[in-house]
Amino acid sequence: MTAITMTSAHRNPHLAVLDEAEHEGPAPKRIVTGYGFWIFLLSDMVMFSCFFAAYAVLLGQTAGGPGGAELFNLRNVALETGCLLASSFACGMASIAAEVRSHLWFQIAMAVTCVLGLAFLSIEFHEFADLVARGAGPSRSAFLSAFFTLVGCHGLHVSGGTLWLLTMMAQVFAKGFRADIQRRFLCFALFWHALDIIWVAVFSVVYLLGSAA
Amino acid sequence: MLGKLTWSAIPFDQPIPLVAGAVVLVVLAAVLVWVVVAGHLPYLWREWITSVDHKRIGVMYTLLASVMLLRGFSDAILMRAQQAVAFHSQGFLPPEHYNQIFSAHGTIMIFFVAMPFVIGLMNLVVPLQLGVRDVAFPTLNSVGFWLTATGALLVNVSLVVGEFARTGWLPYPPLSELTYSPGVGVDYYLWSLEISGVGTLVAGINLVTTVLKIRTKGMTYMRMPMFCWTTLASNLLIVAAFPILTATLAMLILDRYLGFHFFTNEAGGNVMMFMNLIWAWGHPEVYILVLPAFGIYSEVVATFSGKPLFGYRSMVLATMAICVISFMVWLHHFFTMGAGPNVNAIFGIASMIIAVPTGVKIYNWLFTMFAGRIRFTTPMMWSIGFMVTFILGGLTGVLVAVPPADFLLHNSLFLVAHFHNVIIGGVLFGAFAGYTYWFPKAFGFRLHEGWGKAAFWLWLVGFYVAFMPLYAVGFLGMTRRMQHFDVPEWRPWLMIASVGAGLILAGIVCQIIQLVVSIRHRAELRDLTGDPWDGRSLEWATASPPPVFNFAFMPDVTGEDAYWAMKRRAREEGAKEPDYQPIEMPRNSPTGFVCAFFATVMGFALIWHIWWMVIAGFIGAFATFVVFAWRDHDEYEIPADEVARLDRANLAARRELVTEAGSF
Repeated sequence: MTAITMTSAHRNPHLAVLDEAEHEGPAPKRIVTGYGFWIFLLSDMVMFSCFFAAYAVLLGQTAGGPGGAELFNLRNVALETGCLLASSFACGMASIAAEVRSHLWFQIAMAVTCVLGLAFLSIEFHEFADLVARGAGPSRSAFLSAFFTLVGCHGLHVSGGTLWLLTMMAQVFAKGFRADIQRRFLCFALFWHALDIIWVAVFSVVYLLGSAA
Repeated sequence: MLGKLTWSAIPFDQPIPLVAGAVVLVVLAAVLVWVVVAGHLPYLWREWITSVDHKRIGVMYTLLASVMLLRGFSDAILMRAQQAVAFHSQGFLPPEHYNQIFSAHGTIMIFFVAMPFVIGLMNLVVPLQLGVRDVAFPTLNSVGFWLTATGALLVNVSLVVGEFARTGWLPYPPLSELTYSPGVGVDYYLWSLEISGVGTLVAGINLVTTVLKIRTKGMTYMRMPMFCWTTLASNLLIVAAFPILTATLAMLILDRYLGFHFFTNEAGGNVMMFMNLIWAWGHPEVYILVLPAFGIYSEVVATFSGKPLFGYRSMVLATMAICVISFMVWLHHFFTMGAGPNVNAIFGIASMIIAVPTGVKIYNWLFTMFAGRIRFTTPMMWSIGFMVTFILGGLTGVLVAVPPADFLLHNSLFLVAHFHNVIIGGVLFGAFAGYTYWFPKAFGFRLHEGWGKAAFWLWLVGFYVAFMPLYAVGFLGMTRRMQHFDVPEWRPWLMIASVGAGLILAGIVCQIIQLVVSIRHRAELRDLTGDPWDGRSLEWATASPPPVFNFAFMPDVTGEDAYWAMKRRAREEGAKEPDYQPIEMPRNSPTGFVCAFFATVMGFALIWHIWWMVIAGFIGAFATFVVFAWRDHDEYEIPADEVARLDRANLAARRELVTEAGSF
């Protein structure tokens, strides 16, 4: 008894105009995947905003220890920022290469993305190691706890992203630009660019404001 | 080699947890042995453990919730019994054990009963109501379930290996910091919830994407059943709130493991930051739980009143209003922080405002029932019981939203009575209504009505007998979490409350009997048509249990109450044989189970500081990710013949019933 209504009725094309507000059924896979990943990114940003909030609350709590102005080296941070932004550009290039299905350019662009990401990580690692060596580790004060957590969480994301990047390179190398791999690459690219956005906030809130204080 | 783990972790000197743990282990072992010996393991692995079917995953979530309900309830009855006898005496539970019990009770009931119950029902029903074949991310869905199960497992392991937190269901610092809680109890809490929190987030992303992007043709937003709307609102809250929980617990983990100073008393840590962060998650969490329940009541009341839901649009608006305002009231959990009169006033007023859309909903349900032809089935009884009980809980909520009143009632048993009033009366009654309502859809036969009604009355009366005395004893000044007391005025109330817990126990026994009786008499209770209640939404348009692909043809929706309209049209137009097509469905995948296995290993290793095992677990998890990414075929095709066979069988059963009844 329900059969007839379940058959997708053929619509009169002239009436289609009237149905514009109608819903056309499930979205294609590429849209669904990208959309879901955007939702994940939003939730990730909520998590980062907690660490930002904690940093803002604990900013003055140096417990007699060093504050941001004494610790931050803006030249290093500028270098880090340059690496990360350039890696995002290279990632954009990889997206274009994937779009035109050029294996060579895809792998080159991804390799550049990876190298720049690793450069960023190594600068950050040195900064952290230097701070710890100077007695300004995360357990020195609440301010430093919040600083290491916020910046370190971003660093962890970049590290995880690098692992993901390598598996993407391997997948494209072994299986080519299949539709499902293209969808995964779309998610990876979104992730990598989102890390840039978060870094811009870290750069402004932590380093720029912190050095001025 | 094994970090902090030694033989002293097993509580040989404490008979209660040891015996309870031993009984659980024996039962588990017996079930496992039976499964293996009877040869059910391949079936379980193929059809359930590796399943990515949203219906199966929904059932497994609900099963997990039911089992955990038994565990959480045994904690509850221990507490009520302890307080009934611990007048001028130590009772039978020593303080360190009592503290673990109330912490475990809250943690389990919220995270491993209420959450999986509502997520399970959403998983089972929402794709069917939207008229589609699957959720947005089937394999991730399975990962989410198994990570939730990992969290539940770790909490229960703490019963036998080590200890659980003694800090309450939210581990307030500085008590939960290493200085005051040096044991592994808080670590069990933290890692269980970090892992299951990831699972919940995954479920939230999946369901948001499903509702927003995967709906059948013609299913516009304003035609979605109410349960889909509340699912959307609830999962938006999950996506926005659970990362806060993850971040907050991560900060506490850093404090405890690496000597950070987020919430410590030394080096500038800020204890009140924890309260603010945890309740910025915790208050939306309340609505994450209760909004789906509101959706269930909307479906049940409309179906059993034989009328469309009254004020559909106002219901949508109220749901989304609650979704937004729920993020603006968190400070009412600690008016006593000392934020000052202006801040307290703002949050007090916001807390009262959120009662307005809730009131709108109550009126909508009442007007839906008004002049309807009401059938008093078990789901309808739970719904009516809810309306009465929830109004009472809501009113006491508005009372504690008044800051001066809250200063007197803060941390008293009045508060305990209030939130049990809304969570039992709101969430749990809703979960039971949904369980009875959709059980025939999931399994193809109805639950026994008599035992269901007996369970309802015992639960309802038991609830009032157990919690009304707690309001009174709260007014008499009794604070929560007391292992013993010496005020004679409190004693009679606590004894009455323990009788209430006994009545609820009888209600639970009735529910177990109901399930057993229903399974034994499933032939008589069989639902042949797929529409046992004369339903209004699309889940009733397919067979019970639905075929793996849900619908042979994606329904074409032309208005609200889609299935109701179809039934009316079908009667006028009659049916004709459609042209069946093959259907592609996602393949089953062990990814979720394997992920959860490594998450369990990692979680356990982190709790006990077994670092090599942490690394091994991480490598395993990453390998799982790569293997999953490497798969080539993630879909299989169901041939058109098979689709036709299943669909024709269901249509024939429906036609037969129509012919028998003369008119439908």
